[in-house]
Amino acid sequence: MPLYRDEAIVLRTQKLGEADRIVTLLSRTQGKVRVVGKGVRRTKSRFGARLEPAMMVDLQCYEGRSLDTVTQAETLASWGDVLARDYTTYTAATAMLETADRLTEEREPSLQQYLLLAGALRSMAEGTHDPGLVLDAYLLRALAIAGWAPSFHDCARCGAEGPHRAFNLAAGGTVCPSCRPPGSAAPAPETLRLLAALLAGDWEVADASEVRHRREGTGLATAFLQWHLERGVRSLRLVERRDPTADPGAGQGAGQGAGRGAGHGAGRGAGPVGPGVPAQGQVTPLRVEAQA
Amino acid sequence: MYEGVVQDLIDELGRLPGVGPKSAQRIAFHLLQADPADVRRLVSALVEVKEKVRFCEVCGNVAEGEKCRICADSRRDGSAICVVEEPKDVVAIERTREFRGRYHVLGGAISPIEGVGPDDLRIKELMTRLASGEVTEIIIATDPNLEGEATASYLARFLRPMGLRVTRLASGLPVGGDLEYADEVTLGRAFEGRRLLDA
Ligand SMILES: [Zn+2]
Ligand SMILES: [Zn+2]
Repeated sequence: MPLYRDEAIVLRTQKLGEADRIVTLLSRTQGKVRVVGKGVRRTKSRFGARLEPAMMVDLQCYEGRSLDTVTQAETLASWGDVLARDYTTYTAATAMLETADRLTEEREPSLQQYLLLAGALRSMAEGTHDPGLVLDAYLLRALAIAGWAPSFHDCARCGAEGPHRAFNLAAGGTVCPSCRPPGSAAPAPETLRLLAALLAGDWEVADASEVRHRREGTGLATAFLQWHLERGVRSLRLVERRDPTADPGAGQGAGQGAGRGAGHGAGRGAGPVGPGVPAQGQVTPLRVEAQA
Repeated sequence: MYEGVVQDLIDELGRLPGVGPKSAQRIAFHLLQADPADVRRLVSALVEVKEKVRFCEVCGNVAEGEKCRICADSRRDGSAICVVEEPKDVVAIERTREFRGRYHVLGGAISPIEGVGPDDLRIKELMTRLASGEVTEIIIATDPNLEGEATASYLARFLRPMGLRVTRLASGLPVGGDLEYADEVTLGRAFEGRRLLDA
């Protein structure tokens, strides 16, 4: 039976039979692969946490007739473990994993998508930037690699040099006055600058951005993604956005300060803010959060 | 494909969790050849379970009345609630005989990729139970995988400011195994959750 070995990031897992899982991974050299992890749901499985989403593994499989089977997996990075300890980073990371799943094809190598996802997960786990910004940067760049690079400066239709005020999804981004289709939006210039910075990886500009522009940018980045993907990305609906102005320390850090399995407090003295808490506030898409 | 009712049976069986088309076929032909009395017993068990068993209005566990056996038992400790994903987890913990409190069944774990968010779980019902002030400890026993961990983080975030003692079941080395086979995350958790040895 032919064996192969690759470095890969776990995108998602689905239950199979009694104790197995189908594991979808994005691999460095072979693109997306779907393999069977035998017995991984048993508490004594030798794979342990290695085949959980957002883990990077050195993977060895043997080829089967329909699905390949994992024979060995060694951890290269356990980002998933860190990200799940904070609900905000968990939802943002899940949206990245689902997007990667949707933008790649089985057995079609995509080293760029692989490296982009690895970098984004690492950055989110290290907590150096607001997870919402890391997610939006990831979405824009993943789209660009897929061939749908949005324009945030020059005209997406004729190439006329920007900045332009009008923005149109179908046209591919900012449009000049003569190309502007009716019904184009007019986002704040700062929002367009933020999105351009996220696409280019200019974190100095991105980190310094204001909340209202981040919020508007998120709307545009996700709209772009949903426009290009037939069925939307499901996880995006549940992504929690943090308000970095609520607490100077809050925009940072998934793993660092958070205690074991505890996540962050719901804000000092704020009381319970869970969803559907009787007679309490609903969860807003942009949760105000402070570190416990 | 088979004729009419046989194919209908195969289709119905194939909709059960963990049953693929091949298994569905095998079960269907097993039933065709089985003693009619055996099949009738199976049918009545299925009908009865749907008629009699419902979900406990307090904790969401399976129950034959309005309350499950555990919620109805006045000897159970009402100050501690163990939060689990599924009714089968209640059974697993009950087998240990370690826990004398009550349970709360969420009905799953938060899984954005499957479209399951906090509002789809029985979190609101948990909050209602906490309103009386009788409960002082919450033990979060969701599965030790990514979704279970994230669900625990979510719950802890608003349970802790309520002044409750919130604990999470320890993750660590399986009893009876060798240390060298443990993966890094499991071994790391075992370190975090290490305990003092009493002299
Ligand atoms: Zn133009
Ligand atoms: Zn009950």
